[in-house]
Amino acid sequence: MLKTFKIGGVHPCDNKLSRGASIEILPLPAKVVIPAAQHIGAPATITVQKGDRVKVGDIIATASGFVSANVHASVSGVVQAVDMQKDAMGIARQSVTIAVEGDEWNETIDRSNDLITECNLSPKEIIDKIAAAGIVGMGGATFPTQVKLSVPPGKKAEFLIINGVECEPYLTADHRVMLEKAPQVLVGIRILCKALGVNHAFIGIENNKQDAIEHLTKEAASYPGITVVPLKVKYPQGGEKQLIDAIVGRQVPSGALPIDVGAVVQNIGTALAVYEAVQKNKPLFERVVTVTGKDLATPKNLLVRIGTPISSLLEYCGGIPDSTGKIINGGPMMGRSLCYPEAPVTKGTSGVLCMNEQESLRETDTPCIRCAKCVSVCPMGLEPYLINVMSRKKMFAELEEHKPTDCIECGSCSFTCPAHIPLLDRIRVAKSEVMKIIRSRK
Amino acid sequence: MDKKLIVSPSPHIHSNTSTSKLMSDVIIALLPAFVVSIFFFGFNSLIVTAVSVLSCMLFEWLISKYLLKKKPSLTDYSAALTGLLLAFNLPPTLPLWIVVIGALVAIGIGKMSFGGLGCNPFNPALVGRVFLLISFPTQMTSFASTKAVDALSGATPLAFLKEAVKSGKPLSELMGYFSYGDLLMGDKSGSLGEIGAAALLLGFVYLLIRKVITWHIPVYILGTMFVFSGLLWLIDPETYLNPLFQILTGGAILGAVYMATDYVTSPMNYRGMLIYGVGIGIITILIRVWGAYPEGISFAILIMNAVVPLINKYTRPRRFGMVKAK
Repeated sequence: MLKTFKIGGVHPCDNKLSRGASIEILPLPAKVVIPAAQHIGAPATITVQKGDRVKVGDIIATASGFVSANVHASVSGVVQAVDMQKDAMGIARQSVTIAVEGDEWNETIDRSNDLITECNLSPKEIIDKIAAAGIVGMGGATFPTQVKLSVPPGKKAEFLIINGVECEPYLTADHRVMLEKAPQVLVGIRILCKALGVNHAFIGIENNKQDAIEHLTKEAASYPGITVVPLKVKYPQGGEKQLIDAIVGRQVPSGALPIDVGAVVQNIGTALAVYEAVQKNKPLFERVVTVTGKDLATPKNLLVRIGTPISSLLEYCGGIPDSTGKIINGGPMMGRSLCYPEAPVTKGTSGVLCMNEQESLRETDTPCIRCAKCVSVCPMGLEPYLINVMSRKKMFAELEEHKPTDCIECGSCSFTCPAHIPLLDRIRVAKSEVMKIIRSRK
Repeated sequence: MDKKLIVSPSPHIHSNTSTSKLMSDVIIALLPAFVVSIFFFGFNSLIVTAVSVLSCMLFEWLISKYLLKKKPSLTDYSAALTGLLLAFNLPPTLPLWIVVIGALVAIGIGKMSFGGLGCNPFNPALVGRVFLLISFPTQMTSFASTKAVDALSGATPLAFLKEAVKSGKPLSELMGYFSYGDLLMGDKSGSLGEIGAAALLLGFVYLLIRKVITWHIPVYILGTMFVFSGLLWLIDPETYLNPLFQILTGGAILGAVYMATDYVTSPMNYRGMLIYGVGIGIITILIRVWGAYPEGISFAILIMNAVVPLINKYTRPRRFGMVKAK
């Protein structure tokens, strides 16, 4: 029996259209817009001015606090503007616009393809290097990686878990990285282990990526301490808490962090970025993005510089289909719909998905038939139907004991509701209202 | 691109289930048992069912349109399903005007008076059935015989045995009238849709495959009935029926799989389902062994329906992270 998480879960159709498409390098755009806030935490402080000349990999914004991350130039050229630019959500944010001239990289970056397996740095040096490179969680949560690696005093990491699950339908970026960059990923994992002072790393991969499981298992044989764990396909297995439960059978208590059960979880893409930062001195300025959609001419996996307009990615894959109703930044379960297609690719952009108009519209909701499907699919063991009703009635004080704050917003409840009730929308309202109540008590 | 993009919060895809798909799946699951019914009871079965389904739909339409003044939603098939389940709980020879009254009570009192779909505390079909059972006891307990059990003059197996045991006959002499093959295939007298145990179980498998219901409630009910009646049977096999006989007769499977699992009136989490299922199982056997009615599962379900709000209040699903960290 394959391992999986114990509570709830759903099986959306996986639609991995770009599964077989090798990673291609997207040609450089004419200009890039790089936001200062591409991570959870404080926005970075911009250190360049209009007219400055930058090379690829030059720092252009520095972390402004413990939970923050550096930002680097992803292209070479001249800074055209430092101003407010709309991000993917349509919200104006401090950004640096660079007009592209050539492709001149910072000299400290090792651009060779040689695999460097040896790493003689101390854990502190590794973490500093990761922080300098501006690495954040690349699965989409974009939590600064150096913060996750700095284990708080009194707590101890026992093992590293690498998230190769990619449970979102359509997305294949991590899958391709596992197939094409396995040695780099494995060295990255070993570096992460060293930084944490742990001897064991588990790579969780769902069983629908048989080729990646076989390939990584074979490659990992020469890296003692790294084990590939095949997992039963079930969404949301890529959720941090679900993945820890699936692989080591420990459940992170409500309000606690993975480190409280001895686990640190990192994404496949992050492991690759760590390899490049520590061994090749290359900051995080490009990433693999899946560009996909049922009506898109050629779904692909592209290596893209941060700040590239999403529209150029779509253009490269055959153009935005006429049927498009919605463009999603990320996967269809947890991704965010774009307000305009020119929004820039950021460190957390794992995919771009075009949905046709028919798929884009929600059905009208009908009365709740109390089928309890939302309760049985909730991976956190919550009662979405109840939170929905109480949220609608604004019973926020009474809602606290029903733990809407535990919700990971995976969307399984809304996905599965036969009455098409927007359960997650109302849980989000409940969540933020209950958070306000909790904060006001402190 | 000139046209505007649609923007909405996640998730952006849906499982494609809908209330009408779930309801029609239950209707499909009931079809094998309906075929068995037509095979043994003939045309009567068809007529009673048609009248029941059509009058339930008509009453739903009339009440929503003219009394509640809201858009009638016959397209969710819930009224049709109520009609079908009501018919399955009626004797196939019941006068049609009684069937219509049953449909009115089921939809009017059982469902719409509480606000319609999703709001009713009791299973509407059972409200209709029990109303008829109390109002028209003679008609509701005269059953047509299938060919093999003429000797029993139309009493259901459980009713026949209950009377016989009361008059002091030992069970071992009476059991010869019945064969398990007949009970399984439906060759016995009883309500219209209850007789084909095997066909009903086939529908159960379909519902499980289609993920319309989970195994919990039916298994808890039938398991409890089996264990409870089994204990009694071990104590005195001459007075108490054997457990297999208990679950193959008296609408136990129809009730456990199709009536007790009604979404609206059953608990919202697995722990609640355990309490609910065990409760129905125990009450059914209590009624059958010591109560006035030979069958009893309708009453058991309605009694436990009444407790469901309390069960939902005091049971919580298993929360993530509540297990002790190792």
